[in-house]
Amino acid sequence: MNALTQDTSSQNLASYNFAYLDEQTKRMIRRAILKGIAIPGYQVPFASREMPMPYGWGTGGVQVTAAIIGRDDVLKVIDQGADDTTNAVSIRAFFAKTAGVVTTTATPDATIIQTRHRIPETPLTEGQVLVYQVPIPEPLRFLEPRETETRKMHALEEYGLMHVKLYEDIARNGHIATTYAYPVKVEGRYVMDPSPTPKFDNPKMHRSETLQLFGAGREKRIYAIPPHTEVVSLDFEDHPFEIQHFDQPCAMCGAEQVYLDEVVLDDKGGRMFVCSDTHYCESRRADGHCGALLGDEPGLGAEANTRKEAM
Amino acid sequence: MMNTLLVASEVKKTFIMHMRGGVELPVVANVSFSLKAGACAVLGGPSGVGKSSILKMLYGNYGCDSGQILVSHHGRHVDIASADPRLVLEIRRDTIGYVSQFLRAVPRVSALDVAAEPLMIRGVAQEAAHKRARDLFAELNLPEKLWSLPPATFSGGEQQRVNIARGFITDHPILLLDEPTASLDAANREVVIDLIARKKADGAALLGIFHDHDVRHAVADDVIDVSGFAAGKSAA
Amino acid sequence: MSLSETLDAPADEIAPAASKPLLSVNQLTRVYGSRIGCADVSFDLWPGEVLAIVGESGSGKTTLLNCISSRMTPTCGTVHYRMRDGASADIYKMAEAERRYLMRTDWGFVHQNPIDGLRMTVSAGANVGERLMAVGNRHYGNIRNTAIEWLSRVEIGEDRVDDQPRTFSGGMRQRLQIARNLVTEPRLVFMDEPTGGLDVSVQARLLDLLRGLVSDLGLAVVVVTHDLAVARLLSDRMIVMKEGRVIEAGLTDRVLDDPRAPYTQLLVSSILQV
Repeated sequence: MNALTQDTSSQNLASYNFAYLDEQTKRMIRRAILKGIAIPGYQVPFASREMPMPYGWGTGGVQVTAAIIGRDDVLKVIDQGADDTTNAVSIRAFFAKTAGVVTTTATPDATIIQTRHRIPETPLTEGQVLVYQVPIPEPLRFLEPRETETRKMHALEEYGLMHVKLYEDIARNGHIATTYAYPVKVEGRYVMDPSPTPKFDNPKMHRSETLQLFGAGREKRIYAIPPHTEVVSLDFEDHPFEIQHFDQPCAMCGAEQVYLDEVVLDDKGGRMFVCSDTHYCESRRADGHCGALLGDEPGLGAEANTRKEAM
Repeated sequence: MMNTLLVASEVKKTFIMHMRGGVELPVVANVSFSLKAGACAVLGGPSGVGKSSILKMLYGNYGCDSGQILVSHHGRHVDIASADPRLVLEIRRDTIGYVSQFLRAVPRVSALDVAAEPLMIRGVAQEAAHKRARDLFAELNLPEKLWSLPPATFSGGEQQRVNIARGFITDHPILLLDEPTASLDAANREVVIDLIARKKADGAALLGIFHDHDVRHAVADDVIDVSGFAAGKSAA
Repeated sequence: MSLSETLDAPADEIAPAASKPLLSVNQLTRVYGSRIGCADVSFDLWPGEVLAIVGESGSGKTTLLNCISSRMTPTCGTVHYRMRDGASADIYKMAEAERRYLMRTDWGFVHQNPIDGLRMTVSAGANVGERLMAVGNRHYGNIRNTAIEWLSRVEIGEDRVDDQPRTFSGGMRQRLQIARNLVTEPRLVFMDEPTGGLDVSVQARLLDLLRGLVSDLGLAVVVVTHDLAVARLLSDRMIVMKEGRVIEAGLTDRVLDDPRAPYTQLLVSSILQV
């Protein structure tokens, strides 16, 4: 039965090239990636293709992944830190089908990790590649709508506007309220938008051992941070960059110093904070770590899990 | 012996009215005279003979068709008739002062600032310049309640006194006076006569137009009859 | 006895005060196809001097302003600027980075319509602070304090520092635009009809403010205006333009009180007396 299904699906896919894209397109994308690596933080234009999914679902990341993936690669896909959301499941299935590669949810096992928001909590290592799906690659877009002008500003290193944005934040909120897509300066030269990643993850980009690639399908841009590159978050002397702090550990695995999601438990204001990185949380629980919620009331925790399954 | 501070030589002025088919209106010609330190010369002659035009040419406000107006400026002599605009402005700042008949009021600027401005653009601190302006206002009997108001709404006599204070506040070596006493009462005319006498004593050269006989008599050391420069005459 | 001997002062070459021009415009021409924008315009501008360019709409004064402020490439002719180090630079031969840096530090440009010169979606404080941040100022408190200081110099209260300019009146917006330009203490400011589109009373206030700032800061200004009263109040010298060419130039009060060219006489006689 299984074998039969396998056969039928390979027959159906006979017209597709490995990893969906044709080889010429992959070469074009690889050239853009190489240029991006050579000029860290610089947005390289590329001829983004139509993909069998809507813009905004990660067409840029998918094209980058398709261009670099090989038969021996192991792929992990996350959306908001979770391996089991629709977008992540679909993209994983897409590559399982079109490239026949092994997929995983375990961070250390993956050779390529495609992500929409988060950088996994488990430190990434040399040899792994992190592929970001980027919606709006241009950090200057907020205040300068003209593409011709933003390109010139990058070329001439005119980045005063980025601080205008941060200034406005402080003037309105008393502190820099930008919490995601927080602008960074790469290798002391290009200002870059780290996609909708929470600023909590910005420090992980700095001198990372892992190659980081960014793909924006609709905007037709690819950029990169090679391993060990300096990535500095912009700030003011009297308002230095800070990451989010959570005043309690993960309710399920008890982890501290990790990025937490708020989960509403009932309609009476009940809530809990749990790891956004689902694999990290699961592996800690498998190792015997236990958060306040599971420890005190394991029943409630189980209920929450069930609900999530049901959704 | 008295120093000569300004020499006008064969100055000619004609207006060409392009709006009226290019008709030429001769104003003055062959204007030649000199001004000496410590003396006040008065331009005489009937009205319309070109007295004001001569003052305006001396101040660089009107151009000259020909001739020279040499003035001793910063220890050298320069020709106002051919000087470039920057030099004219510099001469106005440091060498030739002018008291016009009417005050050109600037919106929102107080009488005190109007009068003190010539000192301030020469680098005098605001406090010192204001003090000097207040002294002059007091001497000219300008009501104190007006000092901090913009002069645009003042009466003719009040504006004239602000104007006089503005003209007399500096120590320009040459001072041109275009009917400074026209709208003043007898008491204030006396003040102006006194101010002129003090300027003379300080060694300034003055040239004025005064229609008031008493004032002219009181201040004039020399009368220059402008009728003699009438353009028609020289042409004849 | 010669004239010179009559005067006691020693004879000397007639030379205006030292210092070299800040801006030298030489035979500047800009054509649009077969139409002339401006043609063969030359003048020098010295530090601290205010030059008015007057003329009717279509006389080429705005084209000229754009060409000398590096906003529009001239067809031929040169514009030289004396940099802070004293060297003279041809602004159209400079690298673009250098020219843009000059424009946001040593130069200012005040547009007729404040919307063209302001960022309408950020606060007044950020509008003023932008140039400071562009030159590397990275201390929020200092930037904000400097912004408040400049707002007060243009008579905008400290309580408006966090408001966006779209909540400001026309006169306030124009004053904000001026503060935004002056915060880096430029030496040269270009103004395109700075009081156009404002009510008369608002105009008077703005003119008075500009007059004060220009003399306090020793700014050199090139101001384009069709309003001769503005030219008289602000400028030392003026240039009258018609059909792209300079018709008459000179000391402002001399051009206005003793106009020579037929066109200038027409302009001056067209002023409504109040």
